[in-house]
Amino acid sequence: MAKLPGPLEIYPLLPGTNCKECGEANCMAFATKMAEHTVKLEACTPLYEDPKYAKKLVKIEELVTPPVREVTIGVGEFAASIGAKLVLYRHDLRYTNPTSFFLDVPDNLDSEAFAKRVKEIEDWTYMYIGTNLRLDGIALRGVSQDPQTFAKAAKNLAGISNWPIILCSLQPEMLAAGAKAIADKRPLLYAATLDTWAEVGEIAVRHNLPLVAYAPGNLDNLATLTNTLRAMGVEQLVLDPGTASKSGLGSTVNNFTQLRRSAIIKENELLGYPLLAAPIAVWADHREGEAPELTKWDEVLTAASLIVRYSDILILHSADMWTNLPLTFLRSNLYTDPVKPVAVEAGLQTFGDVDADSPVLYTTNFALTYFTVESDIKQAGVTTYLIVIDTEAMSVQTAVAGRKLTAEKVAESLEETGIADKVNHRILVSPGMAARISGETEEASNWTVKVGPKDSSGIGKYLQEGKWKEE
Amino acid sequence: MTSDKEKSGITSLDDMFGDFAELVLENVTIELDELKLSLRPAVQQMARSVTQAALALPKSLISSSFTKPLGEYTQAIQEITLGATKGQGGTRGNTVTIGGHTAPAWDLFQAPPKNPPIIAADVFDMPISLAKVVKTHYKEVMDDPAEWAKLVVDKFGADVVTLHLISTDRQLGDTSPNDAAKTIEEVLQAVKVPILIGSAGDPVKDGPVLAKAAEVCEGERTLLCSATMDIYEPVAEAAKKHDQVVLSWTSIDINQQKELNRRLFEWLKPEQIVIDPTTAALGYGLEYAFTIMQRMRLGGLLGDEELRFPISSGTTNAWAAREAWLKNPALGPRELRGPIWESVTALALLLAGGDLFMMMHPAAIKTVHDLVDWMKEVRKVDDYPDWTSLSIPEGV
Repeated sequence: MAKLPGPLEIYPLLPGTNCKECGEANCMAFATKMAEHTVKLEACTPLYEDPKYAKKLVKIEELVTPPVREVTIGVGEFAASIGAKLVLYRHDLRYTNPTSFFLDVPDNLDSEAFAKRVKEIEDWTYMYIGTNLRLDGIALRGVSQDPQTFAKAAKNLAGISNWPIILCSLQPEMLAAGAKAIADKRPLLYAATLDTWAEVGEIAVRHNLPLVAYAPGNLDNLATLTNTLRAMGVEQLVLDPGTASKSGLGSTVNNFTQLRRSAIIKENELLGYPLLAAPIAVWADHREGEAPELTKWDEVLTAASLIVRYSDILILHSADMWTNLPLTFLRSNLYTDPVKPVAVEAGLQTFGDVDADSPVLYTTNFALTYFTVESDIKQAGVTTYLIVIDTEAMSVQTAVAGRKLTAEKVAESLEETGIADKVNHRILVSPGMAARISGETEEASNWTVKVGPKDSSGIGKYLQEGKWKEE
Repeated sequence: MTSDKEKSGITSLDDMFGDFAELVLENVTIELDELKLSLRPAVQQMARSVTQAALALPKSLISSSFTKPLGEYTQAIQEITLGATKGQGGTRGNTVTIGGHTAPAWDLFQAPPKNPPIIAADVFDMPISLAKVVKTHYKEVMDDPAEWAKLVVDKFGADVVTLHLISTDRQLGDTSPNDAAKTIEEVLQAVKVPILIGSAGDPVKDGPVLAKAAEVCEGERTLLCSATMDIYEPVAEAAKKHDQVVLSWTSIDINQQKELNRRLFEWLKPEQIVIDPTTAALGYGLEYAFTIMQRMRLGGLLGDEELRFPISSGTTNAWAAREAWLKNPALGPRELRGPIWESVTALALLLAGGDLFMMMHPAAIKTVHDLVDWMKEVRKVDDYPDWTSLSIPEGV
């Protein structure tokens, strides 16, 4: 693996004045955080502003450039930063910059349908352990094959949306017109090919825009194209080795993996750029009269494979909940920092204004279990005690099966939290998934155990209907 | 897999969703006529550049070549065979072999998978509560494990069957090891594929039940699921005595997995161990399972004797995610959401290095078989369609 610089390599290249402008106590603290990749170099403003540090700046920028460079699409708060990957495996550190999902809008829709599609993309959201999952950008496709229509659509899109844009066409005249129309929005240009590199490369250079190098199915060609575009002066590159689904999926996964492995393990800086995948290509196989669900199914599988295998941007067509929930969840899971603790602290939690009549629930200390339960209780707005039991960070179901959640454990936790002194009843609501130990728990604790819902989404209703107090 | 199994009569995804699509369309009252979709045939503009040899490039391109980023691995993953044919002392029609890999999962540029991953369909020895969209495929066979096994093999294309003896649980019926033996016999009679045996997760019963299963399956080379940190001695001992394979099951902890394997080495040979670090559902801890499986596969390849085993995944756990089964029209039809959840959970773990997937929904089983087939080798792609100008019917 490419060696990531340590604090002692970074420190000598900082100003060394301990000015605290970056918000850290001193330059060494900043160097340490740089090495952990938790701060950005730009926070050290003197380095950029004071000409006497110019030499240091060049050296340090080179030192801290990640093996996969960062590319920014769009401007303002919705701009998408992609790439900047440091490791091949998330367990080696963590993945940075979650894969950006760009949904397509064809340039030939009438203005009403166009606006509706844009809104559908911008509005897609789902609440997942306390955060709103969202899509990231819009891929404007030059279906019209008419430069004027494309430019007009680009202008229109930039007018109604702040989201980052990819201008998609393999015709140089289309990209020239689109780029000219919205260059100030910093769109990503898709794409330069072995046939069009000269014209498209020139457009990217002229407007200083990021550009996709597209050479499907042949990594020699992609390396050549990248090499050529760099020589032309295109700095912000994104690579597309081609996306094939179904029987071509093995080849596609293989190409993406080789590119990322080359950049990170073999330190091949020519290929150290973000990768673009286009699961939308499955729609070329969609046949008249066929259920669109089959094509969407395929799009999800292709996208999921390439979220796991190193794509930094995905271009998708399907905007359904059932297609994008698994994809946004998968992205969220894989881009979670692996050092994030698996467990939360065991003990007693309270929600709302608890009193002696409040119900007593229990769950496990597996972070995802706990946060899901917590989020459900908060959303339902119910008032309750919640005992968090140390199951060595296992979910309820797994902990019961693995005997990390036992009647004795539950009885001990009741004791340790001193809940008996806080409520005037002796009723404990058990997770539905722990139903099988409820009898033993009654014996071990002398509390009455009521089996609550199997899924914590049912807690609100269960408590509000007073079922836990029923005889 | 070591044999070509007859797979005729397997329900295709098309069949399953053909029905479903009608259902959905009915619900939203769209007439099929309205769906006569106009789709321009895909224009394959890029084919030319694909076939263009690097040498033939125009002069002004600055040629560069690509070097395969090969890795160095010192040890192969253990190869494990499950099931035994008549000639091998068992009664199975075929055997299956997993593991044996010499490269990280699906790094085809390095080496293709030695043995493609396989699917075990779950069969239970008593009716159990299941998500509705799963249950609908099993309601006819819930009371009959033998019929259940036939269904998953003949119709759903399962490579092997896992018979879960959950009725032996003291809370669920407390059936005896002898009762369990009878059920095993019935299932062995009903199907020709290798069968795997799962216990109930009852600390008192698991040992005797799996010991009995090992005895009944003498010669069949079954997989005993599972040995855990709490109960491994009776399982390992029975496996040694009757020459069976053991699933070494731990809870998302790589050190615990190594520890349990070390203990099992006292009884078992390397060709008798499959490992399972626990599968958590997509959205509910999948990343832990993903990363541990990936680390185990890499660890094995890089010489760790305690991790060089094929990996099993209890993929049915995907259904623990509420998003897989909640009846909520805003989330889209659960008839699709559920099986895609199980499929994507499996897909992530396929890419991490899983070898054996224990699954339930027929569409997910079919999908994972497809994925394995699509990914197991580099096939030449003739066309990369120009999706930028593709006309996709509006509203889909």
